[in-house]
Amino acid sequence: MKRRTRKRFFFASAALLAVVFAMGMLALPPLGQYRGPYGDVVNALSVPERHVTDAVTLVNFDVRGFDTLGEEYILFTSVMAVVLLLRIQRNEPTTRQEDQAPDRKGVGTSDAVRVVSLVLTGVIVVFGIYVVTHGQLTPGGGFQGGVILATGPLLVYLAGEFENFRKAVPRRLVHVCEALGACGYGLIGLACMLAGGAFLENFLPLGATGSIVSGGTIPLIDMSVGLEVSGGLALVLIVYLEETLECKEE
Amino acid sequence: MSHLPYLIAAWIFLVGLYGIVTSRNLVHLIICLSVVQSSTYVSLVAIGYRTHAAAPIFAGIPPGTPAVDSVVQAVMLTDVVVEVTVVALLLALAVQMHKRHGTIDPDKLRELRG
Repeated sequence: MKRRTRKRFFFASAALLAVVFAMGMLALPPLGQYRGPYGDVVNALSVPERHVTDAVTLVNFDVRGFDTLGEEYILFTSVMAVVLLLRIQRNEPTTRQEDQAPDRKGVGTSDAVRVVSLVLTGVIVVFGIYVVTHGQLTPGGGFQGGVILATGPLLVYLAGEFENFRKAVPRRLVHVCEALGACGYGLIGLACMLAGGAFLENFLPLGATGSIVSGGTIPLIDMSVGLEVSGGLALVLIVYLEETLECKEE
Repeated sequence: MSHLPYLIAAWIFLVGLYGIVTSRNLVHLIICLSVVQSSTYVSLVAIGYRTHAAAPIFAGIPPGTPAVDSVVQAVMLTDVVVEVTVVALLLALAVQMHKRHGTIDPDKLRELRG
């Protein structure tokens, strides 16, 4: 199909889609007049039933904890697929790409970037741990904190050379982090069954509202998701850096 | 315009779709796909919104204060993180495509089969 024909075809079908889309959207209740019962039920029950002040974390790791388990495994599977796709392949041509402008040197990292990254690394890691562990109290949790933690390795890379990065962030450690995070969630679910409840049923003592150990199994699941997300994103970072810098191990 | 955010979501969806259809570069196509997906964020958060309501964080406010829907927000935040890794996976596919076929133009890839 020619590009022009394709575009015409697209505009015709997109116009139809837009009409149907707009009709569906206009039938929704107007903005600001939320009617659904579920959000209200969860909001009303989060403090009295689970001693958790962040209703969003409650939804993620308790109310629909089973769905979040599935979502975590989507993340795990796609990280594994990235590692598989970018591994060194047997029949891969080993010739380097020809440099198009060999006389033009790349701009090196400036000292300002190095200093700021170095200073920020520790702060970011502490902040990430804070966000992961306070998920049940304030906005945050395993997903958000895990992403913040994964920027730690990125800052290490920005602050130094790739070799420093490799020493500071050993691949094995990242693998272990990811594996622990991925199986931890499932194991917590099985522990709930061993304790006599259903899979992922909150069986631990709920603690005092507002304390860091409140919410029963929620902080534990939070931490395992934090490990999984930070490990997964750090692994993606390592694999992509190795791919672009062409320093794969034999 | 009480339905404006929903229509914005529809517009983002269609703009991303246009980018996918007319793309000449797989990396561009993948970014367009994430634009399409970001329309779901706008529509989800808009559906759960309630005028003059608090965020669903009951630290500092008494339980029972009217708050926006926490369920759609929870769905959205896992969506964001999972999408990042899916984009990483698609980009890895694009890298492989470039290695195998020497091009990442979707139109040229069709001619290079075999």
